[in-house]
Amino acid sequence: MIDEKILADHNLTRDEYEYIVKLIGREPNLTELGIFSVMWSEHCGYKSSKVYLKRFPTKGKYLIQGPGENAGVLDLGDGLAVVFKIESHNHPSYIEPYQGAATGVGGILRDIFTMGARPVAVLDSLRFGPLDNPKNRAIMEGVVSGISGYGNSFGVPTVGGEVYFHECYSQNPLVNVCCVGLAEKDRLFFARAQGVGNAVIYVGAKTGRDGIHGATMASAEFGKDTEQKRPNVQVGDPFKEKLLLEACLEAMAKNLIVGIQDMGAAGLTCSTTEMAAKAGTGMEINLDLVPQREEGMSPYEIMLSESQERMLIVAEPDKVQELQKIFSKWDLDAVVIGKVTDDGQLKAYFHGELVIDIPVKAVVDLCPAYRRPAKTPAFIKKISRFKMPEMPSDLNQVFLQMVASPNLADKEWVYRQYDHMVQVNTMVLPGADSAVLRLKGLKKGLAMTLDGNSRYAYLNPRRGGQIAVAEACRNLACAGAMPMGVTNCLNFGNPEKPEIMWQFKEAVEGIAEACHQFDIPVTGGNVSFYNETEGKAIYPTPVLGIVGLVEDVSAVPSAGFLGNKEVIILLGENKEELGGSEYLKLVFDEEKGQPPALHFETEKRVQECCRQAIRQKLVRTAHDVSDGGLAVALAECSFKSPKKIGFEVKLNDQIRTDALLFGESQSRIILVAKEKNARKIMALARKLKVKAKFIGKTGGKKMVIWHKKKKVVDQTVEMAYNAWKNAIPGYFKISKGE
Amino acid sequence: MKFGVVVFPGSNCDYDTFHALQNVMGQETVFLWHKDHDLQRVDGVVLPGGFSYGDYLRSGAIARFSPIMAEVKKFAEAGGLVLGICNGFQILLEAGLLPGAMLRNKNLKFLCQHVHIRVENQKTAFTNAARKGQVLRIPIAHFDGNYYADPELLAELEKNKQIVFRYCNEKGQVTEGANVNGSVSNIAGIINREGNVLGLMPHPERASEKILGSEDGRVIFQSMINYLEKKAGRGKKKATKVVKPKVTPLPPLIGTF
Repeated sequence: MIDEKILADHNLTRDEYEYIVKLIGREPNLTELGIFSVMWSEHCGYKSSKVYLKRFPTKGKYLIQGPGENAGVLDLGDGLAVVFKIESHNHPSYIEPYQGAATGVGGILRDIFTMGARPVAVLDSLRFGPLDNPKNRAIMEGVVSGISGYGNSFGVPTVGGEVYFHECYSQNPLVNVCCVGLAEKDRLFFARAQGVGNAVIYVGAKTGRDGIHGATMASAEFGKDTEQKRPNVQVGDPFKEKLLLEACLEAMAKNLIVGIQDMGAAGLTCSTTEMAAKAGTGMEINLDLVPQREEGMSPYEIMLSESQERMLIVAEPDKVQELQKIFSKWDLDAVVIGKVTDDGQLKAYFHGELVIDIPVKAVVDLCPAYRRPAKTPAFIKKISRFKMPEMPSDLNQVFLQMVASPNLADKEWVYRQYDHMVQVNTMVLPGADSAVLRLKGLKKGLAMTLDGNSRYAYLNPRRGGQIAVAEACRNLACAGAMPMGVTNCLNFGNPEKPEIMWQFKEAVEGIAEACHQFDIPVTGGNVSFYNETEGKAIYPTPVLGIVGLVEDVSAVPSAGFLGNKEVIILLGENKEELGGSEYLKLVFDEEKGQPPALHFETEKRVQECCRQAIRQKLVRTAHDVSDGGLAVALAECSFKSPKKIGFEVKLNDQIRTDALLFGESQSRIILVAKEKNARKIMALARKLKVKAKFIGKTGGKKMVIWHKKKKVVDQTVEMAYNAWKNAIPGYFKISKGE
Repeated sequence: MKFGVVVFPGSNCDYDTFHALQNVMGQETVFLWHKDHDLQRVDGVVLPGGFSYGDYLRSGAIARFSPIMAEVKKFAEAGGLVLGICNGFQILLEAGLLPGAMLRNKNLKFLCQHVHIRVENQKTAFTNAARKGQVLRIPIAHFDGNYYADPELLAELEKNKQIVFRYCNEKGQVTEGANVNGSVSNIAGIINREGNVLGLMPHPERASEKILGSEDGRVIFQSMINYLEKKAGRGKKKATKVVKPKVTPLPPLIGTF
């Protein structure tokens, strides 16, 4: 009955099939095969990545819950916990940008509130192909409005993230969504079907035929027939999700819930098997009782549907009525569809017939893990060699070109479509190094950031991984925050190709090493493989989401210059490093060389110095130097300045001027302070053995940089600001309106 | 004074508004559930922002049929103070408590940003704490905030001084550039003829604390308190209840009472 075509349609190999037969002691029926195929898909089963993910540190002083649950949990003190996770929704967002991105937001929100936390912030990392291609613009518009449509309506602020453009994302856009929630530490909920005889309750939206095999789709490359996969993308209803949130949190507060799991990828299949497997129990359900939106759905369709806004709850039988009352108050279905059993089997009945009878452990825990072959790609050697190009004569003009590069330009076009202020906690608006939320009634706050640089990871995946961690921590340091924990989204090509597997292994090892160095645990995340279309893979793109603790929110500095005649200090050292820079790509169309070097000890000291200076309330403005280099970082401080204050900076470093202006050497932070405090910062830097120097002062309406007594940048803030501000909107001009 | 914040399914600025009124302004504040018929003897009602009923069909179009809205209507007709913020403004329009209609923003995108609005009429129950022509910096966050009134209605609004707020630039000049959503005559907020029902698109609750970047929104809440206290003082003496609430990072459960 199960032939090669069926196996191919389910993305299962013959060996995997034989293993299933061995595990269940007979041939599976089609529904059972479907269950194994989604749970053993790369997306759910992590079969190519598992062996490497073990290298991440999973211990830390703030850690409450590491990998293995719906989201990671950190201890914030004062009886509070932070619950956070990142997820990719790359494949669906390419096929149907609006719904793909919207349901990406919906899915990650459920991962957070299923643990008892109220989502308080969303951050997105988005990557698209270049904007001069109308298709890429259409994808970007769709993705941004999808995130906006879902998050705004649900009422969670989208407070930050990143947007990058590169050719490699033209047919493989990346949409990574990170959600941060807040919970009471002693009232967390887990996905466990405990208590034999307890009721299994289906809550939320009805089940339809949407999203069947979404997880399997996300576990294969795309070919020319991608358009036909549109029915695999789910459709989101943020209004229903908002009701589901309030109803779940209310039921949790009233202690009516034993275990709970959202129905995300692989829907009812995943929630039933995982909850039972984690509790060491079994489950018996009646599929006829599952609320359905469409008529004539088969067991296969009911089990594999990825309809959104649904949850599975396990509750004690005598609490069911009260639970149903709460859900009916919020106009939601809550139907008992089965019970917890003790035999370790998932049994499902349909029209009175037993249609599924499989051991949950086999489905959840025995997915094969592969140590796939890894091989250094041939191109690595070629691209690491690189001759420094001749320096352009007019760097002042290059400076303007740089700030208007879509990768460096203002992203307000994106974030003003997101409600970034709802819940009235956002004290640092999008566009800064990290977003900062105050916590009502407390002195402390929460900082968060997303970071990744795929060009570095392409040139040297290990260092790319390290720098992503270091830079995210540096972003937090610029808000005075201490990093607490990490979630990551690892976006790669097809892992069955040894070259891709090598990139993955290297990047993971780099991230793991950096996390050890910064002493922060990885609490979970997501691996997205098969980001390839017609055989072309994306650049390896690890994205790091890190949350940090701000001890005193009143000390958080501004991202822009606040006043005239303030002293600009540079922590760290300018080096002649242009490899992998935005400058090389933009001006010379070269992506070569080695990404900048990273020394952990130096990096940690620079961050500590920044943090201490901020905590002592010495700092008015703080900004890290990253993409685009020192000149761009300084310019950003003017652009973010409420009064658009300029600066004059004098540098004497014995390096090429273009490397000085646009090189992306690591471990550098710009701090701005009043004269008296600037001296205190210098003393602090000496104490912590951090290189620091006065490089100039704020003031005026111009941005001026001198190098060895030569004026190399001289622009009015206004002109550069307009170039920076209008770069991205320029691609989206519509004839009417704006 | 006692305020009531209405909770519709899909309201998402309900707790923000509650927080501003209770924790920032120090007023007794309660939530009013959309299925209820009881206004709990509040002195003022606020319809908060959000996406009531998902804003499916049309912003605010379904919320006006909620049981609580019948009571809000009666309350308004009896002279009670009603403030509609963003989605609340849209609901007041749909319910016929304020005239005119909302269109999509002129750029056809959701807009979340700080804007400046000028107080056009400071002699109302919602603006008496403002200076004449005061410019307030308050954020907006909406898709459908492009206010429309036909020329006749517009003339009438002008004549009766019902236009209370206009989008302007930092200096208080009412310009085309400051009119981000394309509203007719830069209108950001209007009041009914009787002067007890006001709707505005900007969110004063998001601009009520220094840490959030602006405190200008307090002017509107303070005006309402002034008005209500004066009114109470004229009638029977009603002591203002000073509430010292415990402020917590997590909101209380909404709609459980």
